[in-house]
Amino acid sequence: MNAFVDALAEQITRTCENGGMLRIVGGDSKAFYGGAPVGDTLSLARHQGVISYEPTELVVTVRSGTPLAELQATLAGEGQMLAFEPPAFGASATIGGTIACGLSGPARPYRGAARDYVLGVNCVNGKGQYLRFGGQVMKNVAGYDLSRVMTGALGTLGIITEVSLKVLPLPEAEQTLCFECTQSDALSRLGEWALQPWPLSGTVFFDGVLRVRLSGSGAGVAAAAAALGGETCAEGADFWHDLREHRLPFFASDLPLWRLSLPPQAPPVALADQQLLEWGGGQRWLVTETQPQQIFAAAAAVGGHAVRFRGGDRANSFQPLDAVGQRLHTGLKAAFDPVGILNRDRLYPEA
Amino acid sequence: MKRENSDSFLHELRQILPAKAVLTAEEELRPYECDGLSGYRELPRVVALPDEVAQVQAILALCQRHRVPVVARGAGTGLSGGATPHSEGLLLSMTRFNRILAVDPVSCTARVQPGVRNLAVSEAVAAYGLYYAPDPSSEIACTIGGNVAENAGGVHCLKYGLTVHNVLAAEVLLMGGESIRVGSEGFDAPGYDLLAAITGSEGMLGVVTEVTLRLLPQPEGAKLLLAAFDTIETAADAVAQVIAAGVIPAGLEMMDNPAIRAAEDFAQVGYPREAAAILLCEVDGTSAEVEQQLETVAAVLRERGADEIRVARDETERLRFWSGRKNAFPAVGRISPDYYCIDGTIPRKQIGKVLKGIASLSEQYGLRVANVFHAGDGNLHPLILYDAGNPGEFERTEQLGGEILALCVEVGGTITGEHGVGLEKINQMCVQFNEAELAQFHAFKSVFDPAGLLNPGKAVPTPARCAEFKALHGRGGESTLSDTPVSGPISEP
Ligand SMILES: Cc1cc2nc3c(=O)[nH]c(=O)nc-3n(C[C@H](O)[C@H](O)[C@H](O)COP(=O)(O)OP(=O)(O)OC[C@H]3O[C@@H](n4cnc5c(N)ncnc54)[C@H](O)[C@@H]3O)c2cc1C
Repeated sequence: MNAFVDALAEQITRTCENGGMLRIVGGDSKAFYGGAPVGDTLSLARHQGVISYEPTELVVTVRSGTPLAELQATLAGEGQMLAFEPPAFGASATIGGTIACGLSGPARPYRGAARDYVLGVNCVNGKGQYLRFGGQVMKNVAGYDLSRVMTGALGTLGIITEVSLKVLPLPEAEQTLCFECTQSDALSRLGEWALQPWPLSGTVFFDGVLRVRLSGSGAGVAAAAAALGGETCAEGADFWHDLREHRLPFFASDLPLWRLSLPPQAPPVALADQQLLEWGGGQRWLVTETQPQQIFAAAAAVGGHAVRFRGGDRANSFQPLDAVGQRLHTGLKAAFDPVGILNRDRLYPEA
Repeated sequence: MKRENSDSFLHELRQILPAKAVLTAEEELRPYECDGLSGYRELPRVVALPDEVAQVQAILALCQRHRVPVVARGAGTGLSGGATPHSEGLLLSMTRFNRILAVDPVSCTARVQPGVRNLAVSEAVAAYGLYYAPDPSSEIACTIGGNVAENAGGVHCLKYGLTVHNVLAAEVLLMGGESIRVGSEGFDAPGYDLLAAITGSEGMLGVVTEVTLRLLPQPEGAKLLLAAFDTIETAADAVAQVIAAGVIPAGLEMMDNPAIRAAEDFAQVGYPREAAAILLCEVDGTSAEVEQQLETVAAVLRERGADEIRVARDETERLRFWSGRKNAFPAVGRISPDYYCIDGTIPRKQIGKVLKGIASLSEQYGLRVANVFHAGDGNLHPLILYDAGNPGEFERTEQLGGEILALCVEVGGTITGEHGVGLEKINQMCVQFNEAELAQFHAFKSVFDPAGLLNPGKAVPTPARCAEFKALHGRGGESTLSDTPVSGPISEP
């Protein structure tokens, strides 16, 4: 292949021989996420550039070290966007790290997650082999869907080198509405709206205020705003950006931050006084010092799971799996990275 | 299954299932010999018809112990031979799992058994103002289990996504009978995305026993626009321009003249018989959105050379226009003894070029081709008309199909958009993927099914098979497919 991939393969071989490990880094903006990174740094930050982008195809193919902000600016230049609104958590964030973490922003319930927009991934596995999965077309069922499996795998299965993503047109109009209410009021309103075809693109509740973002055609947004009532918020687009990037005062705490992913209609979880609900109730942020096992149990009890997001004990970042799940995970890791050198312990502690 | 072992195997199987749920007589096995790809036929050793999950679990454990291959089957409408039986194996029919277990109109989800028919879901939830978005043309017959296994698409997938985008969770039994739950009722699940892994895995990783589907509120309104063009190229160009205008229609389908005529003769829906091509473009949303989008789309199509633009007057006419499209395969089936459906996907901008190429190949082979397809997604479905009764005609048909796929590959496309690899396209996999990639697929499968007993010989070719194929067809198998790597691979310039 090309010199870059060859160099990666060589570094992997050398690391295997030396009994070392590799810590894969894009912009290092999400070093806080998941298990503590170990190993020698392998940087992809210089593997940059858009390989192909044709707006009428709704597809962009890009090298993994390309800064997320740069990619977003390129798309915006053509009136398009990454519809899953990935959080960057820092100016240095790259698209490779974005896909490896698989995080999605406020629009997730309404437009889909990172994995829903991944069309293809090229990667180098733990054996130093350059592999290409998926493609650059909208529909492709040739072979197992390993590009989606790589999404959110935190680099434990392979080093993402290039990625193809589906993009969407930017909405013509956007408007945010505010409603003062209690959390259970908010949940029941959200439940009601989910049954109706409103052009929602974001919902969040905290400090007694429910905010709702509408996106779409000018006429559609105006009609929905009139029907839903509420007050038009002053904040607008900046608010949703700050929410996505965890820049609201809510997130400025020294206590551990937890993300609960629950069935949207799950009842309020009592673990913490400070809570912020997103995704129609499906994503709940908690600031709390409660023990991880207790949080995991509370999430599981209502059919969801929990992620320790910032602070606290990094070895307990993700919801424990059952025995069969654990066996499959260990097996999958070994199938891609038999020696176990890539981003070790980042997802689950490895034996 | 070795003959000498089959008695004890069948004896044990009959302890799991009542006698009438175990079929072994040839005339009982016959209906299961093929799926929708009737060119490939095989009789299984035995057909099992369980109706409880515990039975499936016991069957899988039994087969694992006796090293008996298992092929799961839904409605058998698959078009790539994914459900073709294994001559030494057990065919596991899932059609008796046909209950909708729960509909939750608050969370907009439905829990269904895998044998539930696709359309039955939307019918059952319509009373709540909800529907299940993926709508394959086979929706009347195909099952949710088969949809998950193939990652089925439909005419509304352009806006609402494929099966993978509309399934929240699934219960899956692994080959030995162990049970796993993938996905969740929330928006994600911990660890690797096993739900994505199972979806589209062609029954190779596990048997799906229950599926939780995401339901959507029915749009306030939907309008269907029919545009007629006097050349294929102008119609193809218009497709790209609609997208360029920033509209994502709910559906954007194209039919060429042979398909229009066949559908019109079959269903009399009022298509313009003389048009070289028609586009069916549906927009949906709130009434305000629909009107605005309709205007945009109509303006683009007019500007791009549509001869005639009709908006379905009412719901009856809208459904009638769609029924012509959805019945296009059977309609084509009426004008030819047999037809063979190709499933290549290409970048939208290449539609005109590829359709032209198909037309000249069709002439060259003396075989008629009708095109009716998901234009918005670039997913082609050339239907090659042939007569299996004429000696050698099926072979020529397959060869023409291979050349069409080669053309798709050449322009940056893939060999299958939604029908799967199955048995049919297994050789082409040797061209689309290299040895290391195929080995990674096998290693992946082994994690779920170490003994390789679930649907063996499908979807991913063995290295030996590729070696044989390449030896027969020259390096890279150029005689059926060009040497260019298929889209799968993202190629560096
Ligand atoms: C006229 C016609 C039109 C079609 N239109 C479309 C279309 O628009 N879009 C589209 O995507 N497809 C289409 N198809 C193809 C086909 O209908 C789909 O692939 C469908 O998803 C197959 O479902 P099935 O229940 O018939 O599965 P089957 O054909 O029985 O099986 C398909 C595969 O799924 C596996 N499988 C079945 N059930 C299970 C289970 N419970 N667990 C694990 N594996 C299982 C089988 O082993 C096999 O590999 C069409 C077919 C026809 C005949």
